Amino acid sequence: MGWLALPLSAFAALLIGALLILAFGANPVTGYHALVSGAFGGSYALASTAQKAVPLLLVAAGICIAVRANVWNIGGEGQIVMGALASTATVLAVPGLPAFLLIPLVVITAAAGGAIWAGIAGFFKAYFNVNEILSTIMLNLVAVQVMNYLLSGPMVNKSQSFSVTGLIPQTKLLSENSWLPTLVGGTQLNLGVVIAVAVAVAVYFLLWRTGFGFRTRAVGLSSAAAAYAGMPVKRTMMNAMVLSGACCGIAGAVLVFGSISHRMVTDGSLTGFTGNDGFNGIVVALFGGLNPLWSILSAYLFGGLLVGGTAMQAVIGVPTDLVTTIEGLVVIFVVSIDYLRFRVRVQEEANELGQGHEAAPPGGRRSLVFKLARARS
Amino acid sequence: MRFKSNWARRLVTLVTVPALLTTALAGAVPASASSSLPVLKVALVAPSAVNDLAFTQSMVAALEQLKSSYNLQISISDNEFVVSDAANLIRQYAADHYNLVIAHGSQYGSILQALAPKFPKVSFAWGTAGSTFNQPNIYAYQAASNQGGYVQGYMAGMLSKSHVIGVIGPIDVGDAQLYVDGFKAGVLAQDPKATVHVSFTGSFSDVSLMASAAKAYVADGADVLTGSSQSVVGAIGIAKADKAAWFGTQWSQASLAPSEVVSSQVYNWDPVLEKIFTGIRAGKLGGSTYTISLGNNGEKIVFNPDYPLPASVKAQAEKLVNKIADGTLTVAQ
Amino acid sequence: MSAFFTYAVLTATIASAIQYATPFLLAALGETLGQRSGVLNLGVDGIMLMGAFACYYVALETGSDLLGVLVGMGVGAVLGLITAFMSVTLRAKQGISGIGVYIFGLGLSDLLFVRFVGTPLPVNPLPTLNVPLLSRIPALGRMFFQQNLLIYLAFLLVPALAFVLYRTNYGTRVLAVGENPAAADSLGISVTRTRYSTVILGCTMAGLAGATLLLLDGIFQENLTQSAGFIAVALVYFGAWRPWGVMTGSLLYGVVTAVVLQWKSLGIIPLSVADLAATAPALVTILALVLLAGRFRQPASLGKAYVRGG
Repeated sequence: MGWLALPLSAFAALLIGALLILAFGANPVTGYHALVSGAFGGSYALASTAQKAVPLLLVAAGICIAVRANVWNIGGEGQIVMGALASTATVLAVPGLPAFLLIPLVVITAAAGGAIWAGIAGFFKAYFNVNEILSTIMLNLVAVQVMNYLLSGPMVNKSQSFSVTGLIPQTKLLSENSWLPTLVGGTQLNLGVVIAVAVAVAVYFLLWRTGFGFRTRAVGLSSAAAAYAGMPVKRTMMNAMVLSGACCGIAGAVLVFGSISHRMVTDGSLTGFTGNDGFNGIVVALFGGLNPLWSILSAYLFGGLLVGGTAMQAVIGVPTDLVTTIEGLVVIFVVSIDYLRFRVRVQEEANELGQGHEAAPPGGRRSLVFKLARARS
Repeated sequence: MRFKSNWARRLVTLVTVPALLTTALAGAVPASASSSLPVLKVALVAPSAVNDLAFTQSMVAALEQLKSSYNLQISISDNEFVVSDAANLIRQYAADHYNLVIAHGSQYGSILQALAPKFPKVSFAWGTAGSTFNQPNIYAYQAASNQGGYVQGYMAGMLSKSHVIGVIGPIDVGDAQLYVDGFKAGVLAQDPKATVHVSFTGSFSDVSLMASAAKAYVADGADVLTGSSQSVVGAIGIAKADKAAWFGTQWSQASLAPSEVVSSQVYNWDPVLEKIFTGIRAGKLGGSTYTISLGNNGEKIVFNPDYPLPASVKAQAEKLVNKIADGTLTVAQ
Repeated sequence: MSAFFTYAVLTATIASAIQYATPFLLAALGETLGQRSGVLNLGVDGIMLMGAFACYYVALETGSDLLGVLVGMGVGAVLGLITAFMSVTLRAKQGISGIGVYIFGLGLSDLLFVRFVGTPLPVNPLPTLNVPLLSRIPALGRMFFQQNLLIYLAFLLVPALAFVLYRTNYGTRVLAVGENPAAADSLGISVTRTRYSTVILGCTMAGLAGATLLLLDGIFQENLTQSAGFIAVALVYFGAWRPWGVMTGSLLYGVVTAVVLQWKSLGIIPLSVADLAATAPALVTILALVLLAGRFRQPASLGKAYVRGG
């Protein structure tokens, strides 16, 4: 992914955004100034942006794994929710554990929750040929209802006492030992940032320094060639799906245990909990060239766009939908410009070699392996 | 293209202050010249749009109404249905030294519970579940929507020819729950043999789901429908299409279906807000729960003039309103 | 439970199911056409939203639902042109470009809604057209033949699309391009032109689906579709890229949803488990596919851009 594609696309999209702001009768300069200061103006803003970027980075890291194995994980939203539910349930069960045990436990159970949820889709794909686009979308729908059921039923805070109305669908206050510690006093920055970066780095090592990562990328570039080379394609794809889900699950935990209210709350909808992180994370991964390290930067910039967008709304009155629109435009432009890049041609070559209708790629197996090793990102 | 904007949106754009800036961009504050009171900076965080003809609109209207007489400087963040984003916003408003932050939604309660102790000089207000969490700087406000619900339920019982009535709530909480319970009680008080179907869509915002639920009721033979939350527009559309009568709550919904909407229980948050503003100016930042009801002009049954309501039904309704207002009749909750 | 098994309720439930299924069916049929030629379009939901808003705005301003539908379709066609340009000419990675269109449509539809519609008023629903004679048939008449024009159109498009795909030259070209674009190219079939046509047609149908949804709900709202476009894409896989299969999937989804809603409103499903019951349509869809899958495979070139001379 060329470094030029993203800034160019962003510029073009922001230009169109300025036109939209004008259509609202507002001043684009004021608006964008508010956006930038809201995102990066001052230490509090910088911290808020970083915190907003955390779930985006986690989802993006997972997407890097999945999409590089050519597995389309659109179920991030549901996996975030399931990870959140799993970790919340754990803390409700064992609130007394000390923080140094409880916080890792939170991360592990959240990862497990997301992994299992993604694994269902992966399992159906591998062994029943159910396309993962279908199953992950359907599982998203299931996840939100499971969340609503659990948070108004078995997991609800029964000791809520309101004068007249019923129970709000939320848990009781989660044990203080499970709260992600704040890193910089007076800001929103908490341990989630460390966790997210650690996961991103781990995913990088996984993808480029382990056999599993090599197989994952090989399967993604050409499943036929990979199978020909003796790699277990189905198992690799399923593992990619599971790991992707695990990352999303951890994002869910950060949303709950780094939250201001220190509870899990639902307003009945998926987006009300996730803020569409499951989709935005895919975009972040794209902007990071499907490389988890670059995704750290793109997640931060993206977080800035979201945080700044809220500030912009407060100043010039243009709804945050403008930011969403700009986001969509940037994706469209980036994806379009990508065509002009040399790397795409290398990718295509590898694609055709693998998916061609010959039994073996011309030049033999060795040349394909060489190409795989050379195509680093 | 014509700029078709309603007054609320224009006003919001005009009075919104750069609440979230942390740089020196904070501009001059346009103070109202009509009052000698010091400016009261008020922020509203709401889960749906300012023109949702229901929940949020009622609060925005009240704030606009009181703006000049109480010398308010208002900032509104609407459509904040993502709870974690709302949390950050509320915290930001508090950190920016707003005098009052109104968290208009039951899903925001836990946020206030966590934040209020950290900002003891800021007053918070929470609607509509009615708890201050025993914090000295949280006001709670609620709507005794069961009262208007009862009156409208009674009317529904009188008007329904099929004796099947459908009630669609979003989530079983807050003023939605009260309204649903009151309405059902009202129907049964008038017609104990009537069938009242109650269900909850599980979402405050899903219009399609409300429409589908309404269709299911009509299939059961319901000829009177009611519901609560900002997603009722979907159900009202079905009422309009199938010529079922509709009773609205939270705001006047007559404009949506002029021939089908019988009446609406309109919320007027003024009495509650006035008490809160006065309290804050006197140094009391919270600790009280205020309720709007039929008795204190906080709730009003507004009849739709375009609906052919028999005089007897209207008279009966007004009688009930008076009885509830002066306390003769108590609606169970 | 006995209240459910009455003539009135059962027939109304099925009629309602058919209405509920129609937007899914329309969008899924369009996506089927596109995917058969090898193009994956995940932006259907965004296009539906734009089509829905366009229909709403036009219907509100002019009072004509029909004009609204046409404009909605036009908006779909324009977005289809953009999608085709990205996926075919620019060879963008198809899954991600679709998500870009989705996010764009999601944001722009509400942005325009807030900007140009002050107080949202409902638009007139489409009139019910009773099919002469057929609508008098007991039970079946009430369920199938007392619907509105767009619903009839949607279900008529099923055999129409099947006919086009399997019995016309155009359809043969589409299938060929989807299975083996290199071979089709060598036979003189323009892969580019074929894919452009299927994507534009498919997105036009997505716009139509959005307009239909809008007219069924009567009013626009932010994120009106609530992921219906993604469900439609999922249904294409369910239907194994065959129009009748897609219809079956849409109806299955619609029926399960309508039945659950009806049981909820009748109290058959208690409030405490209402949320779990709402998972039924999704679970049924997955399970049905688990039982049926493995027998059908996707178009061989689905999702891959075509480069001549590879």
